[in-house]
Amino acid sequence: MAAEAKLDPMHQFQLEKLAGADWNIAGYNVAFTNSALWMAIATLALIVFVAGGMKRAVVPGRWQMAVETFTGFIDGMLAANVGKAGKKYVPYIFSLFMFILFANFLGLMPLGVVGVHAFTFTSHFSATGVLAVMSFGIVLIVGFARHGLHFFSLFVPHGTPVGMIPIIFVVELISFLVRPFSLGLRLFVAMMAGHVLLEVLSSFVISGGNNGPIMFVIAGVPSFVLMVGICALELLVAGIQAYVFALLTCVYLNDAENLH
Amino acid sequence: MPQIAQLGEFYSSQIFWLLVFFGITFFVVGRGMVPKVMDTVASRDKQIADDLKAAESARAQADQEEASWRARENANRAEAQGLIADARAKAAAATAQRLAVAQAGIDATIAGAETRIADARRAAADEIETVAAEVTRDIVSRIAGLSLDDAAVRGAVKENLVHG
Repeated sequence: MAAEAKLDPMHQFQLEKLAGADWNIAGYNVAFTNSALWMAIATLALIVFVAGGMKRAVVPGRWQMAVETFTGFIDGMLAANVGKAGKKYVPYIFSLFMFILFANFLGLMPLGVVGVHAFTFTSHFSATGVLAVMSFGIVLIVGFARHGLHFFSLFVPHGTPVGMIPIIFVVELISFLVRPFSLGLRLFVAMMAGHVLLEVLSSFVISGGNNGPIMFVIAGVPSFVLMVGICALELLVAGIQAYVFALLTCVYLNDAENLH
Repeated sequence: MPQIAQLGEFYSSQIFWLLVFFGITFFVVGRGMVPKVMDTVASRDKQIADDLKAAESARAQADQEEASWRARENANRAEAQGLIADARAKAAAATAQRLAVAQAGIDATIAGAETRIADARRAAADEIETVAAEVTRDIVSRIAGLSLDDAAVRGAVKENLVHG
């Protein structure tokens, strides 16, 4: 069973209850899983990272510089996409971006070498969906709080002919309502696909090795070389997906703040 | 696909723990730490801007002081040049005056000397005339045995000396 599971590329996404199998809140089970453990590790790592940049020195050290680069990056992204009103979203977008970034990177850490299996909770849509719904909820709240029912004018772009308004409204409404799904699914799919690919390639390396030296040279070595490249690509994807998630949230917040 | 196969069993756990840990992240990091980090950046930017502004105004003041110093220096230089020119003119005038005085003295001396020379020459000529007249009368009396009048001899001698 164990040997079989090793070659199953989906096994890495298996959720396991680590503690509190019978913890319930209002009848819903909230067992502490391996996914929750890695959420906790990501949170802790992020706290340690940002706390390291809190020396508040006038001349920053390397660590402080790194943290300030990230806050400046988020600040710039909000300023570019939302404008002056975007300043107040920096804490949320920063948390979102860094949380996803740390989750993605931690999931790629080669901890299997020391026997610990990293779990990428962003490869579960039940986790990314929560983040997406949260971003979408903030957009809705901000939009209706700032503009009231006028927020619906978002679905009728400027210059739409009167006769087209009902159709355009429906099209725009659908594209708007699809946003949380696209937001959550994009991250989940990208992370899962990358991890499956790495797992499949690594199974080629192992199977090739098990089938003798010739197969190892024909299949194992090229797979390994490819895997090294894909690993680098996955690191890039980890950053890009966190960036895309944060950027799209900024773009949606811009709609809510400024309409069109 | 565990994401779907285990959804029914774990969705509440996933949602709960994600909200818990993202909540911790948001309130501890996002709300607690990020504003402080950004404050640091903002205060540093402000300090740099202030320092630059102070340096700029100091530079402007230095430029202004240099300009005024230059103006003062130029005025001083012009004044000094004036003083030098003045002194030079005064000295030249004094030199000319003293030269004129000396020249006048020399001229007077020369004139006196020339007068004396002329007097001496006249006196010498008179003496020569007298001597010549006496010698002539002597010669005439000795050779011709004539006793000539003194005045006639003198007139003849004078005529000969003058028209010689």
